[in-house]
Amino acid sequence: MHRIRRWVADHWVLAIGLMVLLYLFLPIAVVAGLSFNRPSSRLSYDFNEFTTENWTNLCGPADLCAAVGRSAWIGLLATVAATMLGTLMAFALARHRFRGRAATNLLIFLPMATPELVMGTSLLALFTSAGLQLGFVTILIAHIMFCVSFVVVTVKARLAGMDARLEEAAMDLYATPAQTFRRVTLPLVLPGIVAAALLAFSLSFDDFIITNFNSGNTVTFPMYVWGANQRGIPPQVNVVGTAMFAVALLLVLATNVRGRRRGARVA
Amino acid sequence: MSLLTGVGARPVSAPDKRPDDSRSRRRWLPYLLLLPGGAWLILFFIVPTLQLGATSLYDPTGSVTTGYAMTWEFGNYPDAIAYAGPQILRSFAYAAIATVIGILIGYPLAYAIAQKAGRWKNVLLVCVVAPMFTSFLVRTLAWKTILSDNGALVGFLRDVGILGADGRLLATPIAVVLGLTYNFLPFLVLPLYASLERLDTRLLEASGDLYASPTRTFVKVTLPLSMPGLVAGTLLFFIPAVGDYINAALLGNTNTSMVGNVVNSAFLSRQEPPQGAALSFLLMAIILAIVFTYVRRAGTDEVV
Repeated sequence: MHRIRRWVADHWVLAIGLMVLLYLFLPIAVVAGLSFNRPSSRLSYDFNEFTTENWTNLCGPADLCAAVGRSAWIGLLATVAATMLGTLMAFALARHRFRGRAATNLLIFLPMATPELVMGTSLLALFTSAGLQLGFVTILIAHIMFCVSFVVVTVKARLAGMDARLEEAAMDLYATPAQTFRRVTLPLVLPGIVAAALLAFSLSFDDFIITNFNSGNTVTFPMYVWGANQRGIPPQVNVVGTAMFAVALLLVLATNVRGRRRGARVA
Repeated sequence: MSLLTGVGARPVSAPDKRPDDSRSRRRWLPYLLLLPGGAWLILFFIVPTLQLGATSLYDPTGSVTTGYAMTWEFGNYPDAIAYAGPQILRSFAYAAIATVIGILIGYPLAYAIAQKAGRWKNVLLVCVVAPMFTSFLVRTLAWKTILSDNGALVGFLRDVGILGADGRLLATPIAVVLGLTYNFLPFLVLPLYASLERLDTRLLEASGDLYASPTRTFVKVTLPLSMPGLVAGTLLFFIPAVGDYINAALLGNTNTSMVGNVVNSAFLSRQEPPQGAALSFLLMAIILAIVFTYVRRAGTDEVV
């Protein structure tokens, strides 16, 4: 009796945790299931009949693939730009003491503490008053803006956790600053930069609220889903959702495994 | 600035061994590194926010074709509040309820992963983030399917009598709050996990050795030590939840619409930018006020 009580006392938190995880995965299971569904009508989302047609005929619904491609393209450009801007800022903050540090930190923190609604409407107010045509370029400008802060935070954390003695050692061994940077600093920060880039891409690819205000007639994948919601969502949307989940999961697992192998080799 | 990572920034000053000629260059270097990103943030975050403030004071009688005149129309604010009062209150109420539920289910999850999961820690952590990989809208639409009137969940709740014979979940506040809780939960769990993971378990043992009950240990030791993570997590959850209008639009009906829905229609369909700007600006002001008092009350500066 005592042992049962101990076991319960030890495991109830874990049990609740697993139940919450189940709650988190429930919609994912539904999305994956519906990606194999042949709906009985346009506005019906009940599981009707198993089919792989949605996967093989992904580009069937007009504009879906174009929207996914546009999102990927915007995501790629925004990621490259935001990662460059953010990494430079992270280096300045982690490696240098300078006047205006607190103000810089605040400037980076504020976009993360501001609701997307406010940023989206602010940019719309700016673009309309400047007479800028809403579209691809305005979406890109917005995405770079909200990705930069997340890149800075991610890369800065990596830099802060780095052993500065390794760079000192390289310099003591007569490496020039450029050599030290290329051969020691960069390889050590790279995982942080890669993580930041992946984060930026997923933020950009999935953004709806800010994009909705600043896209004009340009349709990204989330905009496509939003529009399709009124007319009936084609099941292929669930295929894209499932594929995004699978690709991201594989990427995370791959980096995890690689990291563990590296760790094992060093140890 | 450790809001997301839970890692305090330790500035590492690189060794300054080189001779004088590089001194002045070194002094300018940080500004040079900050320039492109900083300029981008000023140009496309600070300036737009000021423009939003300006737009909120435009003459509301203008139109998109004739343009808007700046008449310092402070009356836009009371007008906007009169127009969207219920939606503003609803936004904060829904977000607050969702945050409380989020803490109630997110805390055990974060604690379980940090302290009880052993070698499964990393796997479970990936599991918390993984649902975010599917598109936000697609996830929310999946909830629409789950909560639909002819779905299994509603059928079950009707059978056991929790819902009436024609009771529904979709298009009710319950669905909206559930959607908000679901979509922002990982933002709460991750910072909380980061502080619970660093928790020194010897302190818990010490507390037990000194005859504190598990509940007392939790209230007196675990909870205070996890405060920085809890504060960061609630903010990361609450802020996007207040401004969200996707859950209200997809899972609710017109009686559950939030301030974001009104702002959205003001800008994109009703063509009343001054009203939308006033509501949006007001939302930002309230949230900033909440953030700063909350951070100060909670006694942690680690967030900003």
